[in-house]
Amino acid sequence: MVENRRFLDILAHAVLLLGVLAVAFPVYVAFVASTHPSSDFVSGVVPLLPGSEGLATYREVLAGGGSTQMSVPIALALKNSLIMALAIALGKIAISILSAYAIVWFRFPLRQLAFWAIFITLMLPVEVRIVPTFKVVADLGLLNSYAGLSVPLIASATATFLFRQVFLTIPDELMEAARIDGAGPIRFFRDVLVPLSQTNIAALFVILFIYGWNQYLWPILITTDDSFTTVVAGIKRMADVTDGEPRWNDIMATAMLAMAPPALVVIVMQRLFVKGLVETEK
Amino acid sequence: MQHKRTTFRHRGLPYLLLAPQLAVTGVFFLWPAGQAVWQSFLREDAFGLKTSFVGLANYTKLLHDPQYLGSLHVTVIFSLATAALSIVSALVLALAADRVLRGPRVYTALLVWPYAVAPAIAGVLWWFLFNPTIGILSYALRALGHDWNHLLDKTDAMVLVILAAAWKQVSYNFLFFLAGLQAIPASLREAAAIDGAGPVKRFFTIVAPLLSPTTFFLLVVNVVYTMFDTFAVIDATTEGGPAQATNILVYKVYRDGFIGLDLGGSAAQSVVLMGIVIVLTVVQFRFIERKVTY
Amino acid sequence: MAAITLENLTKTYAGGVTAVSGVDLDIADGEFVVLVGPSGCGKSTLLRMIAGLETVSAGAVRIGAREVNRLEPAERDIAMVFQNYALYPHITVRQNLSYGLRNRRIPKDEIARRVGEAARMLEIGPYLDRKPRALSGGQRQRVAMGRAIVREPAAFLFDEPLSNLDAKLRVSMRGEIRALQKRLGTTSVYVTHDQLEAMTLADRLVVLRGGRIEQVGTPLDVYRNPVSTFVAEFIGAPAMNLLPAQIAQERLRLPCGAAVAVPSCLLPRAEGPVTLGLRAEDLRLASPEDAAFHADLSHVEELGSQRLAHLRLSGHSLVAAFDKGVALSDRLALAFAPEAVHLFDARTGLRLGAP
Ligand SMILES: Nc1ncnc2c1ncn2[C@@H]1O[C@H](COP(=O)(O)OP(=O)(O)O)[C@@H](O)[C@H]1O
Ligand SMILES: [Mg+2]
Repeated sequence: MVENRRFLDILAHAVLLLGVLAVAFPVYVAFVASTHPSSDFVSGVVPLLPGSEGLATYREVLAGGGSTQMSVPIALALKNSLIMALAIALGKIAISILSAYAIVWFRFPLRQLAFWAIFITLMLPVEVRIVPTFKVVADLGLLNSYAGLSVPLIASATATFLFRQVFLTIPDELMEAARIDGAGPIRFFRDVLVPLSQTNIAALFVILFIYGWNQYLWPILITTDDSFTTVVAGIKRMADVTDGEPRWNDIMATAMLAMAPPALVVIVMQRLFVKGLVETEK
Repeated sequence: MQHKRTTFRHRGLPYLLLAPQLAVTGVFFLWPAGQAVWQSFLREDAFGLKTSFVGLANYTKLLHDPQYLGSLHVTVIFSLATAALSIVSALVLALAADRVLRGPRVYTALLVWPYAVAPAIAGVLWWFLFNPTIGILSYALRALGHDWNHLLDKTDAMVLVILAAAWKQVSYNFLFFLAGLQAIPASLREAAAIDGAGPVKRFFTIVAPLLSPTTFFLLVVNVVYTMFDTFAVIDATTEGGPAQATNILVYKVYRDGFIGLDLGGSAAQSVVLMGIVIVLTVVQFRFIERKVTY
Repeated sequence: MAAITLENLTKTYAGGVTAVSGVDLDIADGEFVVLVGPSGCGKSTLLRMIAGLETVSAGAVRIGAREVNRLEPAERDIAMVFQNYALYPHITVRQNLSYGLRNRRIPKDEIARRVGEAARMLEIGPYLDRKPRALSGGQRQRVAMGRAIVREPAAFLFDEPLSNLDAKLRVSMRGEIRALQKRLGTTSVYVTHDQLEAMTLADRLVVLRGGRIEQVGTPLDVYRNPVSTFVAEFIGAPAMNLLPAQIAQERLRLPCGAAVAVPSCLLPRAEGPVTLGLRAEDLRLASPEDAAFHADLSHVEELGSQRLAHLRLSGHSLVAAFDKGVALSDRLALAFAPEAVHLFDARTGLRLGAP
């Protein structure tokens, strides 16, 4: 920094601390709420300090208490979320890296057409064409299945573009050297391209895992059977009580459990996360 | 379109490599999108027995539907307010983080994790904070003399969804601003300081112009985010209410299609939304291309 | 090891550019041939057709007795060294060297033997377990050479392999490549735009111009008898001086008006304009009465061992090379031996007279 003005430095730290607190506040309140018995919410306002019922609440939520709206334990919903997020992230990476490979290293009739067919999906978020997409999935008999949860979301132009971008920066000579070394397209892909794209794959994985984990509308529509619901989609069901107050401690415990995995991924893999985020937007 | 100088000479393999992506794209993207366009020209009778071709009638009906126009209005306010709030707070935080020499990584770690929070969860958290009976913020507001109730008051409901949506988006904008700030060469600011410009003047003459491409980019991205990804925020908090006050376009498509079962009308709305997305994408691409040629 | 034969080799790119046209060339077994020419003249295209990295539009490439037009690069029994080395960045030097051998299913102990031998020859043993990133430019260049050597191919193909090195390293690597090739006796085709590199490396030079062969010969032969003004200017530093001149009454009239006798074998059939070529080192100082012409000194380049005098002669510039310590005045009286004269057709630029 150019000059050392103490005042500005202190102001900067103050602003950042305030920001950190403001960002953390809703989560802190949720955490506090999850540690109090549900009777604490009947009278007046939410307490501001953690209570002592935390462990019991989380245990009950994970195992599936009888009194919540959810008919299945949250542990199962977490497992469903994990399966869906992994399937989407890995599926997207797999089909995108293959199609980018075809577009960059092969010349074939209809290449341009294939490129545009993929490109156009960039423009059509699932929310926009939700009704007909739902109908296709229903007609295929994929309601209440892991395939129905994940497959329709794994076509991604974004990932294809990222890989194409990465591939275009790889010098032509590398593939030529590999060909002289006797590597065909499959060997080149396996021995050179995939290892070279490792960091990009990891960065993309972080972003796509979060994307998959946080899906909401799609799982709600696709799963009528609670045993396939994901934790993010299920939380609404817990809050929608018609008679009496919702069980706030259970809901907030579930919210904490729903946030924890992707937030941990972001914090632990911060560098990859930032790389993935910035590069998928290029 | 670019490809490599030397390419592999296989006939079948490229099609095989493309097959999974094209299959998924075709079945779950192109076909449904085509269906939406087709359905937007049809209308079902009241019992769902007969479908007739009605041309552009669904579109003209939309344009004369006060609820649809209201939803458009709500969407514009919601998008711009959310974008403005999250961009401005992110910029302030990024400027501060760029200023502190030590610890920007710690602050970054503490500021970025809301990106990972699902919009639905963000909605639930803020809904809880503002719960009219037990919420801590509504309690504080009552103490200040404002009787908060987003179940009844349209403004309160709008403020709630804006806060929830902006809270989640700050981390994203923060990262891009911080990257933009750190890309400004120190020599530029040093030169300005030698010329006697104070920190405020430096911000407006050096930093702000250099950040303007980032800001524009974020504006587009944030508008896209608020138009489509905030579906879950709305559904988890207000469900479009009260009295349609937070019924944004993408939520209305869903309500009309799945709950109202007005397939033709919902399809027409889908098509309009696709048009909006395409325009925004093209704007964004134009911008990115320009950035690349710098 | 094998001879390489090119027959009427032609390449037209999809865009319509004809980069190489009608090239005929016989490369003997064990020969070191250098393709040289200015950037864009089709050197790389020609080499890449031999390698199998570009398809052949017309003509044939033969390696040994086989026509290889339709063979994959890996089936042609060649190895190539690229300008940017093209080492696989994610694996160690050892793995880089052995990758091609492993793909060919060569037994492990044989791979180890070849890698060990190449490493010893190129003195890269200490780096075998490093990744290319951890090597200097010169070391990477050696690894790229090593990757070619372990293959024990019928031919080495080099595409400007030294262009990414600094000047000093370039000179020493040049010597090493030549020594290595001598020792292995492997047929080599080497592409460069640097005429000095070409002269010092080649058994035979192939000068390319606009996709066609302009001249083929030993370096000395090409230097002494350039077939055209193009070759004359391209080969040799400083470039050959070219001056417009007239043939009149069996004498050569210089632009300044002076006339000199030339060997009769060089004289064209008709009188008229020609281009006179004179190498800088063929000009010598003369006494005013012996001088063929007088020129004004514009400036002097000191090379240490030599002094390069930049001169003006009736609006034309020329360069003369003198031994160190020779005193130069503002106006020099110059002469040259009749055998030093090169004459070219003024219109076509082609050499006149017997070579
Ligand atoms: N892949 C290509 N497509 C079209 N034209 C090309 C291609 N590669 C090279 N060229 C053209 O062919 C000519 C010869 O190129 P090249 O063989 O690379 O020359 P050199 O190696 O002598 O510099 C140039 O005019 C170049 O522009
Ligand atoms: Mg070249």
